[in-house]
Amino acid sequence: MNETKSPVETRTPFGQTYYPPVPTEFTKKMRTNLFWQLLRFVVINVKILRMVRKH
Amino acid sequence: MARLVILGAGIAGQTAALHARRRLGRDHEVVVVSPNSRWNWIPSNIWVGVGVMTPEQVTFPLRPVYEKTGITFVQGRAVSVHPEGDGDAGRPYVKVELTEPGKTGQEERVPYDWLINATGPKLNFDATPGLGPSKNTVSVCTFDHAAHASKAFDETVARMKAGEKQTLLVGTGHGNCTCQGAAFEYIFNVEFELRRRGVRDKARVVWLSNEHELGDFGMGGMFIRRGGYVTHSRVFTESLYTERGIEWITRAGVKEVAPGEVSYETLDGDERSLKFDFGMLLPPFSGVGLKAFDRSGADVTASVFAPSGFMLVDGDYAKKPYEEWSPEDWPRTYQSPKYPNVFAVGIAFAPPHAISKPMTSPKGTPIFPTPPRTGMPTGVMAREVAFNIVDMINGKATAPTRHASLAHMGAACIASAGAGLFRGTAVSMTLFPIVPDFRKYPDTGRDLGWTFGEIGLAGHWIKHLLHFGFIYKAKANPLWAMVPE
Ligand SMILES: Cc1cc2nc3c(=O)[nH]c(=O)nc-3n(C[C@H](O)[C@H](O)[C@H](O)COP(=O)(O)OP(=O)(O)OC[C@H]3O[C@@H](n4cnc5c(N)ncnc54)[C@H](O)[C@@H]3O)c2cc1C
Repeated sequence: MNETKSPVETRTPFGQTYYPPVPTEFTKKMRTNLFWQLLRFVVINVKILRMVRKH
Repeated sequence: MARLVILGAGIAGQTAALHARRRLGRDHEVVVVSPNSRWNWIPSNIWVGVGVMTPEQVTFPLRPVYEKTGITFVQGRAVSVHPEGDGDAGRPYVKVELTEPGKTGQEERVPYDWLINATGPKLNFDATPGLGPSKNTVSVCTFDHAAHASKAFDETVARMKAGEKQTLLVGTGHGNCTCQGAAFEYIFNVEFELRRRGVRDKARVVWLSNEHELGDFGMGGMFIRRGGYVTHSRVFTESLYTERGIEWITRAGVKEVAPGEVSYETLDGDERSLKFDFGMLLPPFSGVGLKAFDRSGADVTASVFAPSGFMLVDGDYAKKPYEEWSPEDWPRTYQSPKYPNVFAVGIAFAPPHAISKPMTSPKGTPIFPTPPRTGMPTGVMAREVAFNIVDMINGKATAPTRHASLAHMGAACIASAGAGLFRGTAVSMTLFPIVPDFRKYPDTGRDLGWTFGEIGLAGHWIKHLLHFGFIYKAKANPLWAMVPE
């Protein structure tokens, strides 16, 4: 994949991308970490099913 | 014998038709009127729009499903509703213009005892000069629009591969658009594909929308618990855009699209323009333009439909300022106050007002999102209305007993941020209630226990699961009714 520069490298003071929080490498890795995501898959599905059942 | 006629075979129409057919005895008839012969799982059009799926993967033919389930299918477009019948016939009917090959253009009267209007939106590209796939932008609202968008996207990528820099613009094409979530998914999938195809460094990717802030999504945004704070979805959304190097322009009402250039007015009243090479801008939605006539043939459209073309139901449509909006303004049964055997569900019903606070530029241009009606609440209201009608047909009730107000219902939404079994991600969100209730939840408008959002691969898997699950369900395959709305 062709990666863009990280926003932290390109942040211009007072620019649009200066203020928002950006994820750490650890946070980014966890987004596609298979074990963690399998767990999140179960948790999110349970949340959604409980939400649907609420009605 | 009773005859239930459902106009439209989208998420709402199909849900209502299948549930009604399942619960009604065979001595009653369920009829679906819809102009298209294929059913479309619209949320996956996003993937068609970047070439990850084909139109065939997101559609299937309706007729075999209706033959299997015993639903009568009339392939045509409803033109007018005659809730009192007319001079020769006292029975209510709908006038339909057939679109079935061989019968195209012929008119047919479809009589009904009960009617559900589930005709969804008219994609009102004409509201903005130059907007739309036949003009200067692409769209992902239908599967063929999305296939056309994918082709235009491929051409843009090819230009980048040849060394040209390109500006890709995604967002809303009018000051009063809704469905920002769909455009959000599309820009993230576009950005993901640009990286996957190795041309991200050649692209400027820009979001342009009528939201006051990023993360509004037409529902005033939402508050979630995160890292020990209660934060607005704006923070989360700006972070996602920043991380991907996507620029954003908000508070913008698009006025006109010329080839390669969009002109817009901002909430401050500034007139601005932006050049682009590829633009996917959503149109505003209106009702599909159904008319209504009484028994004498007098036009009663204004008492059955709102000026937007959406059908008036049991909401409180009195004009009132934002400060006086109440959750109780929102419809509960979706029954027409004028004709109690007529209902409207999904995008077809008229919302009483917006959810995001209405804003107007100094020049008087309204620039704010109209309320979204996403798939899950659409399915729930369609099911509840179908059950109410079945109960009334079966003599179990004399009026609707089940309620499905957006002010008392939650929603789950999965927004794709890039496809791929191991590298894909999606934002998973739940919120409760959809219409915020600041009296019950004074600081946040919603229950923080039920409102959350996160991004990850799990969301992508769920999005895939929904794709297959809902197509399975809409095909009325075995045990379809177990798949929740
Ligand atoms: C690109 C895109 C992505 C989306 N992604 C998501 C998502 O990820 N999650 C989510 O929850 N929601 C999503 N939505 C919203 C979701 O698609 C809508 O909530 C849903 O389609 C509304 O269902 P509906 O049945 O009211 O309308 P539609 O699905 O639009 O169905 C309307 C039906 O009426 C028919 N019709 C039109 N005119 C007539 C007429 N005159 N007579 C008879 N029939 C007629 C149409 O052919 C169609 O069959 C997305 C929307 C878009 C555009």
